[in-house]
Amino acid sequence: MNRSVVVLFALMTGVLPLAGQAPAKAGNAENGKQLYVKVGCYQCHGRQGQGGASAPFGSYGPRLAPPKVPVAAIRAYVRHPSGGMPPYAAKVLSDAQIDDIYAFLKTIPSPPAVKDIPLLNQ
Amino acid sequence: MSNPEDPKPGRRNFLSHASAMAALAPAALAAAPAPAQESHTAAKAEVLTTERPGADFMIDVFKSLGFEYVCANPGSAFRAIQESVVNYGGNTKPEFLTCLHEESSVAMGHGYFKVEGKPLLVFAHGTVGLQHASMAIYNAFCDRVPVFIVLGNNLNAATRRSNIDWVHSVQDAASLVRDFTKFDDSPISLHQFAESSVRAYKIAMTAPSAPVVLVADADLADHPIEGRTDLTIPKLANTSPPTGDPAAVGELADMLMQAQRPVIVAGRLARTPAGMAHLIELAELLQSPVVDLGMRMNFPNRHRLNLSPNSRALVENADLVLGLEVPDFYGLVNRISRQLEYSSQLITKAKLACISAGDRLAKSNYQDFQRYQPVDLDLAADAEATLPSLVEAVKKRMTGDRRRAFEARGAEYAKQHAAMREKARVDASYAWDASPVSVARMCAEIWAQIKNEDWCLVNGSTNFLSNWPLRLWNFDKSYRHIGSSGGAGMGYGAPAAVGAALANKKYGRVSVNIQTDGDLMYAPGVLWTAAHHRIPLLTIMHNNRAYHQELMEVQIAANQHNRGIDRAHIGTTIDDPNINYAKLAESMGMMGIGPIEKPDDLGPAIRRGVEAVKRGEPVLIDVVTQPR
Ligand code: HEC
Repeated sequence: MNRSVVVLFALMTGVLPLAGQAPAKAGNAENGKQLYVKVGCYQCHGRQGQGGASAPFGSYGPRLAPPKVPVAAIRAYVRHPSGGMPPYAAKVLSDAQIDDIYAFLKTIPSPPAVKDIPLLNQ
Repeated sequence: MSNPEDPKPGRRNFLSHASAMAALAPAALAAAPAPAQESHTAAKAEVLTTERPGADFMIDVFKSLGFEYVCANPGSAFRAIQESVVNYGGNTKPEFLTCLHEESSVAMGHGYFKVEGKPLLVFAHGTVGLQHASMAIYNAFCDRVPVFIVLGNNLNAATRRSNIDWVHSVQDAASLVRDFTKFDDSPISLHQFAESSVRAYKIAMTAPSAPVVLVADADLADHPIEGRTDLTIPKLANTSPPTGDPAAVGELADMLMQAQRPVIVAGRLARTPAGMAHLIELAELLQSPVVDLGMRMNFPNRHRLNLSPNSRALVENADLVLGLEVPDFYGLVNRISRQLEYSSQLITKAKLACISAGDRLAKSNYQDFQRYQPVDLDLAADAEATLPSLVEAVKKRMTGDRRRAFEARGAEYAKQHAAMREKARVDASYAWDASPVSVARMCAEIWAQIKNEDWCLVNGSTNFLSNWPLRLWNFDKSYRHIGSSGGAGMGYGAPAAVGAALANKKYGRVSVNIQTDGDLMYAPGVLWTAAHHRIPLLTIMHNNRAYHQELMEVQIAANQHNRGIDRAHIGTTIDDPNINYAKLAESMGMMGIGPIEKPDDLGPAIRRGVEAVKRGEPVLIDVVTQPR
């Protein structure tokens, strides 16, 4: 359900700007990289946003990078998350900081194709 | 470790009485000398030595029960039996294994059982030793694993020699762990010691299994028994496990035959290799998907009906959920919010059925029995022992129509299984070249080096590894992994791995332990035990330099309290300075490699490690890793 929540927000934000949100502008990826560690995103989503394969009922976060949804969806989700994802209120993480984190996530390249990794073809 | 089968001729005398025990009348037991008679408050005649202490008889009792090893940190309160193990017993069956912490002794017994299916003997001080051991006993209890724990104690105050004897004595030693053991006794005669030991063994092994405690009184162990011909050891009678009542088994078979979308969930199901074979047979008959919770090696991960990672969706869509020794059935069928306010919601309209011996070992104080889940059919029986009759009942009800319908759905599940495996490979490719090394990459590198060996993953749990081994390796045999700890008490992983590797040694298996850093540092001395006793084991550090689970927990609390989200590392990370695990291993007398930070360095290091393990050595490779 987590994915669908984000997608839903993405659709919503594509049509209507969410009330109270600062307008999204390109974030600072370098700052985002540091924030990503400092405020703990890496703990549950991995240092490259690769995510953890959750156990049957695990609480590790899914893959974040490269991001598949617009920044507004991430902002909305992070404020009102679901499942095992803790909330980040505006008081402790600003919209601009989320934009920076998003910019960092966008710098992470897609991995090589599975067929080109011999160890994943054993 | 060499040694004669029968070290002292006198031993046979005791053992030959074993079968005569049935004839021993209660009156004869009652006539056994009480400790006051067996002890000595003052040496009237100068008796300075005995070549027949009571401890020898205790060793005969242990030998009659077939213990291969005794794990212990030496302790004065049981010095007589320790001496008897090595001299009278010839240090064989049981062989004394030197442990550097009682928690290690018990957890070794826990891991050993999960490979060997037999309990290990543990000696510990009745006071200070048991206090060290208690957490590991709790893990074994929650995991329904028997460990046979013998405590040294000096109940008779009249014969305590020193202030230490006093602080190391206790009125009711076992009370400390009575909440999480299945049986205990403090025998006051050797007769009672023999009877209680055999009883304890039998109770420990009867499903549901759990640890048992026997107090070996120091007076009894020290006291001469020369010339006594009245000591006998009762014969051990194995019990068969409790099986489901035939009417209930028939009802369950009806439910399974009618269900369109059943799902079978296996918890602590497979007690023996037969468990896996029975589950395969049932799943294939019904073409039902299986979710293996990883607590035991219940079901091959590459079986086309294994859909473990899809468990939530399967349960949501099921019309029947069958839990086999699932301790937390509530957690299986409900969604519990992890947000600030507690809430939970049933996620399925399915009928619920379970087979579990869990309720047969309910204790009140510690809450390992989990939240109560109402179910439609509940068989209070051992699931492994009940499966054969369930399989027969299903076969009896099978018709051509049902078989065809089942085959059609089985083909659908096989497709989902293939997609799940493909997804695992794609997921693993993310962060493939990352440093710190991704856990997926580390597991793929290990697999490349062990896949052509006969291997066993002796890990505590694969949960902290994002389950990567279960996603990437081929778990095809009943001994491929040993399941989780039960109580999730930290400090279990390293010693349980050594215990499991000890059991694997005689089968020539390559034991692999992917070891978390926080867990190792509880009692790292167990590495020395592995080196000292030449236990081959490949330890690969999953070194994320934190108590990472706790780091996440504190982060969650910080976010919920909304006043600072960048200090969760305080008290949860293990860095500054970084611990050098390779050097730690070397200091314990084993090969240490690392720290490895670049993924490309892993393959050659693991290859070296596997070669050394195949020569019979323990090896540790330190890998600096991503969190999960
Ligand atoms: C304590 C662990 C934890 C931390 C810290 C954490 N997350 Fe999450 N996150 C999760 C979990 C678990 C989920 C999946 C939630 C669910 O079950 O629905 C998730 C989901 C998400 C999602 C939705 C992804 C999707 O595909 O549905 C986004 C976006 C996200 N997190 C971003 C972040 C960002 C950005 C940070 C840091 C500012 C962060 N998370 C910190 C655990 C965490």
